[in-house]
Amino acid sequence: MGHKKTTALSGAVLAAAMLALSACSGGGSGVTGEAATAPSDAKEVSGKIEVLTQRTDLVKNGTLKKYAAEFNKIYPKVKVSFDGITDYEGEVRIRMNGKVYGDVLFIPGAVAKNDYPKFFAPLGTTQEMSKYRFSDKTEVDGKVYGVAQFGTANGFVYNKALWKKAGITTWPKSPQEFLAGLKAIKDKTGATPYYTNFKDGWPLTQWTSNLGGVGCDAQASNALAGPVSPWKAGSEMNTIDTLLHDIVKQGLSEKDPTTTNWESSKALLAEGKIGTMMLGSWAITQMQQAAKEGGTDPADIGFMPFPVQNDGKFCGALVSDYQQAVSIYSENKPAARAWVDWFTEKSGFAEKEGVVSALKSAPMPATLKEFVDNDVTFFDRSEAKTAAVNDIDEAAEIGLNKQDYRQKLVDTARGVEKGDIEDFFAGLNKRWDEAAKTVGD
Amino acid sequence: MTEKTDTARESAVMTGRSVTDKTDTGSHGRPGRRPAGRRRAPSAGRSRSWRDSPLRKITPWLFLAAPLALLITFTYVPVASMISYSFTDWDGVSPDRENVGFDNYVQIFTRPELFRVFFVSGYYLAASVVQIAVALYFAVVLSFNLKFRNLFKGILFFPYLINGVAIGFVFLYFFQDGGTLDSVLSWFGVTTDHPWLGDPTSANISLAGVSVWRFTGLNFVLFLGAIQSIPGELYEAAELDGAGKWKQFRHIIAPSIKPVISLSVILAISGSLSVFEIPYIMTGGATGTQTFVIQTIKLAFQFNKTGLASAAAVVLLLIILLITWIQRRLVPDDKVDLV
Repeated sequence: MGHKKTTALSGAVLAAAMLALSACSGGGSGVTGEAATAPSDAKEVSGKIEVLTQRTDLVKNGTLKKYAAEFNKIYPKVKVSFDGITDYEGEVRIRMNGKVYGDVLFIPGAVAKNDYPKFFAPLGTTQEMSKYRFSDKTEVDGKVYGVAQFGTANGFVYNKALWKKAGITTWPKSPQEFLAGLKAIKDKTGATPYYTNFKDGWPLTQWTSNLGGVGCDAQASNALAGPVSPWKAGSEMNTIDTLLHDIVKQGLSEKDPTTTNWESSKALLAEGKIGTMMLGSWAITQMQQAAKEGGTDPADIGFMPFPVQNDGKFCGALVSDYQQAVSIYSENKPAARAWVDWFTEKSGFAEKEGVVSALKSAPMPATLKEFVDNDVTFFDRSEAKTAAVNDIDEAAEIGLNKQDYRQKLVDTARGVEKGDIEDFFAGLNKRWDEAAKTVGD
Repeated sequence: MTEKTDTARESAVMTGRSVTDKTDTGSHGRPGRRPAGRRRAPSAGRSRSWRDSPLRKITPWLFLAAPLALLITFTYVPVASMISYSFTDWDGVSPDRENVGFDNYVQIFTRPELFRVFFVSGYYLAASVVQIAVALYFAVVLSFNLKFRNLFKGILFFPYLINGVAIGFVFLYFFQDGGTLDSVLSWFGVTTDHPWLGDPTSANISLAGVSVWRFTGLNFVLFLGAIQSIPGELYEAAELDGAGKWKQFRHIIAPSIKPVISLSVILAISGSLSVFEIPYIMTGGATGTQTFVIQTIKLAFQFNKTGLASAAAVVLLLIILLITWIQRRLVPDDKVDLV
């Protein structure tokens, strides 16, 4: 055994230890400044870009590859690859501690708004980006860091044939009418009037997206930034959560919520075994797909707004989906930016998925035809104060966009959790207000 | 009762090793010491330079280098950084973090709701009593000659080999409305309308039941191994003296496997406090099935309170160390002397 080998070996061990130590010392400050501006000449821009996405289904079935091929017709020198991530939030936030997190990615919810400039390249000024919906959501100091992938309206996906069978042909105009409608479905058809998707949980978070639509208020989300007791009587959150509570309390939801299954619920709704589910308008095409696969009529899938009227009209708040951003560490920022622009404006993705395009000038999708025909008032819900609202939400450990507190609400309504809805709301208000004071915005 | 795989395996190996050590000591004298003659042998040329070479002192460290590097990289460095996070207000993503001193720990001990989840561990603790009893019973029965003995051993150990995530999914179907459990019960004329995971009590009992199903095999194998190291003559002698099976168990088997039983109890308690997999997959902590670890994960990844969650993890670690220490005090690990 020679000495050389020894030193080499111990050197390697030392290096490994150093690496381990340095790896945990945090992300560093990152490079700042360089904007991701759109390339001026489509033929010249080149490079490889990686796009992170949570739509693993579209990666697997090759749909995204087809989009990339379309993209290459305009930008022939850019090579696009996709990384489908099942646990998007969980994985990407950890990858963001390093420098390799794709060139184009969706901004994870965990990233604080004020940190955007440390992770993403600015895309343009507020003025330049004003052609997109929801650009205020990612605006920091006059620069915009993300473009919404698309927007969605919120409401109840329902089985028209089933509702008709129960004798209801017009949209309920109040929570009471809605509950009566569900009751009629239960009594006359024997189907499950409403399905909570309690086990999968995330569909419960959809209820929060009604914020704004209930009171016809584009500032509804921003109004939560402060000790405002969001669940006080008469507030939007109170109306939203009371309706869910009443549905469950009156036995109008599925019998055993703890073992629900999202994938099979789509087919059940298409078949008419489930009457209604609270979801975003993105779900309509998936339900129609399920109807096609199950051999029922896709035209039976309907979409109705939250049962509240303001001045005799329904309101549809449009809410932003994930925002696409360009990594600050991307070496091909123009190419990445070209992808974001192309995907948002020219890919036809929003149209195909039946969701609202982020481009303000684009027409409403076919899935929302009912809304348009019935003269539902559309508006973009402002997200300017999302950062402050999220800070309070996290400090209070409530989770407006997490399933836990609503699962507790459903359990309270079912009577397996102690207390009643008044205590429940009072507790939420107290936590919210206390957190708002400590966060101090 | 969960999460005990590694420690359990290690200790199984350790028990095995101590048995071989014992036999070594009997037959070959003291292992590890070189015969004295060699030491005094005249040193010349190569052998002298080898003995004086600094390499000789390094050699054991060279052998240790790889495992030590792995141990440090994957155990001590992460634990150290977790402890350092616990003194910050880090959100898990931001490059900036601020030192907040003991603030996180103060929060943990001043917010009773964070500790309330430990009540859920009670269900698992109770279940682990059942688990150890069942495992012990089968280990004793199957250590005697029995038809299809190996088949039964296989059946009992099999659940432990299945991936925890798969078990979660399987039992989700098992417990669902009109699922396996309901249909099996209906064969016996028991029709129940009860949603098994529907209220906190039955949900926790169901989940603890799954946990028993999964981990009994591990306890069983540990016990079986220990029982089989008891020399057969002891039973013969006992039988000649007129001792029945219960007396044999009481006076021969139980005392000789005492260390393994006490190990199992320690693992059961620490496992019960840190239950995670099964409830996380099956209910996600809904309907009163949230455990301390699930709560910690939610603090870290839902509410972005990595600092607070790290502090909670450190507290859990300390609690488990404390309980183990107390138990070691109460039940000292005395030597088992059979003969």
